[in-house]
Amino acid sequence: MSTFYELVREAVRSGRPLATITVLTDGPVGAKMALMPDGQTVGDLGDAELTSQAVQAALPLLVQGETQAMTLASGTTVFVESFVPPPTLFMVGGVHISIALAALAKVVGFRTVVIDAREAFATGERFAHVDELVIAWPDEALAGRLDARSSVAVLTHDPKLDDPALRVALRSPARYIGALGSPKTHARRLERLAAEGFTAEELARIHGPIGLPIGAKTPEEIALSILAQVVQVGRRGRTA
Amino acid sequence: MHDIIEAIDRWLARGERVAVATVVRTMGSSPRQVGAKMAVSSGGAMIGSVSGGCIEGAVFEACQEAIATGQTRLLHFGVADETAWEVGLACGGSVDVLVEPLR
Repeated sequence: MSTFYELVREAVRSGRPLATITVLTDGPVGAKMALMPDGQTVGDLGDAELTSQAVQAALPLLVQGETQAMTLASGTTVFVESFVPPPTLFMVGGVHISIALAALAKVVGFRTVVIDAREAFATGERFAHVDELVIAWPDEALAGRLDARSSVAVLTHDPKLDDPALRVALRSPARYIGALGSPKTHARRLERLAAEGFTAEELARIHGPIGLPIGAKTPEEIALSILAQVVQVGRRGRTA
Repeated sequence: MHDIIEAIDRWLARGERVAVATVVRTMGSSPRQVGAKMAVSSGGAMIGSVSGGCIEGAVFEACQEAIATGQTRLLHFGVADETAWEVGLACGGSVDVLVEPLR
């Protein structure tokens, strides 16, 4: 059997999520096990009931990529440590704002993906600094790629590209969804999506107009306001 | 995390033993967040951090002890609490640090 260290090293290198669970107090202190997102485990905490409680408590934390100590129903406190790849910020639109947003997001610790169907926009020259540049329709590029730690910023200003991206994002567990556009543009966007059957509650997930109100004017400042909102929602939740 | 793994791999390749300290809880103001790590080798090498430098000395000693004894310990560092370590956090917060031999 691999050591826990080898499992963690492999998780960090491969980007495949893994959590370790370690007993801190009121139990077999130091007992350790590892947990995968599919519920598969390596090792146990020495007691079937304790192990089962710990796994139940740790799974949602692993999915969110959270690391924290928690006290189980049995009174035992465990430390759940998630080893997950950096969260991804998907930018739809190879626009000027995306150039700045990708650079800022990288510094803050996000993996960056820029998507555009228009090859003139999504050029390697403009986006040499992004982790991944995808030339495809946004709905195809996003399908199956959004998890609970993903953020999506929809920035093309063009309903032909924005709306398909939003449809995929709204049906995903993405943590953050934002869409560029004036209040008027956003209201029309919401009307179109509502007509397709999205509920008011679902549409309320979209931050629009996108970004925190810091009076941003330039593309770089708008990128900063968007990234600030992405971080705020990630740290404080939707109601922040 | 990558830098800590690289260092640990180097130490293990040299045949050294290793202990790891991890911030598991913070209260109030603290310079490093939960999950922050520091690793220490039996040869006295060290990488990473668990505070702004206030408790690294004590944690280093605890790591050496963990390497020697093989025991995992949970340490508490605070200002109000008198700990056996006689070090505290100038920032006024407190932290719990798990010190364990590498497994």
